[in-house]
Amino acid sequence: MKPTLQRRLPQLTTGAIFAALFVTAGLMYEGFFSARVAVNLFTDNAALGLTAMGMTLVIFAGGIDLSVGAVAGFTSIFVATLIEQHHVHPALAALAALALGGVFGAGMGAIIHWFRQPAFLITLAGMFLLRGCAFWLNTESVGINHPLYERMADFAWEIGSVRIPLIALVLAGGLIIGGIIAHYTRFGRNLLALGGNEQSALLMGLPIGSAKVWVYTFNSLCATAAGLVGTLYTVSGNPSTGIGLELDAIAVVVIGGTVLTGGRGHMLGTVFGLLIFGTIQSILLFDGRLSPWWSRIVVGVLLLAFILLQRGLVRVAGKAK
Amino acid sequence: MTERVRQFLRSPVLWPLAGIALLLIANLILKPGFLNITVLDGHLYGLPIDVLNRGAKTLILALGMTLVIATGGVDLSVGSVVAITGAVAAALIGQGTDSLALIVAGALGAGALAGLANGLLVARLGVQPIVATLILMVAGRGVAQVLTDGQVLIIKHPGFDFLGNGFVLGLPFTIVCATLLYLAAHAALRRTAGGMFIEAVGDNPEASRFAGLATARIKILVYVVCGFCAAIAGIMEAANIGAADAQRAGENMELDAIFAVVVGGTALAGGRFLLLGSFVGALLLQMLITTMYNLGVPPAVAPVPKALLILTVCLLQSDRTRRWFGGLWRGKPAS
Repeated sequence: MKPTLQRRLPQLTTGAIFAALFVTAGLMYEGFFSARVAVNLFTDNAALGLTAMGMTLVIFAGGIDLSVGAVAGFTSIFVATLIEQHHVHPALAALAALALGGVFGAGMGAIIHWFRQPAFLITLAGMFLLRGCAFWLNTESVGINHPLYERMADFAWEIGSVRIPLIALVLAGGLIIGGIIAHYTRFGRNLLALGGNEQSALLMGLPIGSAKVWVYTFNSLCATAAGLVGTLYTVSGNPSTGIGLELDAIAVVVIGGTVLTGGRGHMLGTVFGLLIFGTIQSILLFDGRLSPWWSRIVVGVLLLAFILLQRGLVRVAGKAK
Repeated sequence: MTERVRQFLRSPVLWPLAGIALLLIANLILKPGFLNITVLDGHLYGLPIDVLNRGAKTLILALGMTLVIATGGVDLSVGSVVAITGAVAAALIGQGTDSLALIVAGALGAGALAGLANGLLVARLGVQPIVATLILMVAGRGVAQVLTDGQVLIIKHPGFDFLGNGFVLGLPFTIVCATLLYLAAHAALRRTAGGMFIEAVGDNPEASRFAGLATARIKILVYVVCGFCAAIAGIMEAANIGAADAQRAGENMELDAIFAVVVGGTALAGGRFLLLGSFVGALLLQMLITTMYNLGVPPAVAPVPKALLILTVCLLQSDRTRRWFGGLWRGKPAS
């Protein structure tokens, strides 16, 4: 096998699985092959897609961030509380949330880098902290009544008979930006180098400290954006938004063929992973007989399959040397 | 100062113990009757007993987690295993199984099986522990929901109820069980070479393999023990509330267990473990939660102080802080 082909095998597999899944579902269920279902894959999973995009970069760098779900939840209730109870303009509230999210991510990145603490432990603590703070602000869901919000929630780009809501457009834009950052900037290459071998990256003179801090900052910003998108989707803020979101995001990234030890992967894989995740949810929705909890098991099995595939590839690559 | 006192002052258990003492004083100021223990029908009741009783599940989970962390791994799936074992027990009782031994054996078997799956992935296939156990963390809750059909199953079985709410010699069964497990683990690991084997595997798996240790088998065994401990905690949880809730049972328990182990002074890098530290760490965590309830903090906000505690402990344990403090002490930076 050609080296480039072998390197991209996980992404190709994910793409093939998605195609097979989508076609099978289309043949099995009437009305599955429609633009609406396809657009809904993006609309319904916008928050997940944005977090998965940020998570891909963190995992590139060999890290992990378990706090994203809590960041989304905190953002959701924070923005809703500001708009409804303190009558702040939504744009200002969103900016404040992004600023807080960025500072939070930078703080976690700094602790992880400067104090050499395990990423999963610090981000776990971050998850507890923000989830608790979210419930501190409000234990109940808060509806957002603001003309701007209603207009944004109703906004859609119409191509012929297909309506693409704003949320889906935001996700598509986010994924493109994420792809460019990951594969066409120095920052993205630094992250891959850092994940591949931190010692070598340091000896090569790459700014690993700032790369680490920035990637956690960027990821928290993505999670904040996911929280904002969530408030648009439901036109309300809820402190329990995004419970388990971090697990789904990691699952999507791994199903997309990105290696969890870092240093290898592609943003396109994450996009396919997201589409597979969304297709499974749609199939469960179309098929009334299957219970919703099967989706967790299917995702678990897919995770297992991809991790085993990665192990196999690493072994094959090791023998080839 | 005698050598014994000096040794105690250097012990990592000192800090969590000091934390418990501090919380105790704070509670006594807030609520002078905090330490009162009353005897009702030959059973002990009171807030301190309550702390121990509620902390028992974390204590048992932390025991298994300590061993896994000592080998340089981590088990994120214990919360899901708690949900699975509760569901298995409820399903068995629902099918009309009357023998308590059979119910408990089924639940413990399910836990051990889950641990075996984790262990095989980590030790035989060489998958990173966080990733390997993440799979079961995600899928496990789904399995539990399939077992309970997505509903909260009510458990009515007097023998099973005893495992969560019973009393032995005036003390709650959960406390007695947790304490006995710690004593057994101490005897099995510190009175034999077993504990050292585990530490060796965590310190340097290659070297210990060359030294003739069955590295893979030790790792698998440790994950099985952790699954087994999670199963015991799962049985207690289900018996305590008299129901199996696949959605909520064991939620965030893996985090509590990891926190207890870290607060107790066991390094996440592996190669060293302190059973007593984990015991004290779990009690400190429960004490903190009880204090929050006493202060009238809503349960949903309780994670905030927990997170701050763990961050403080992490920062205090880091080399950078130690070097900085060392510099303050001696007036010049230590190398």
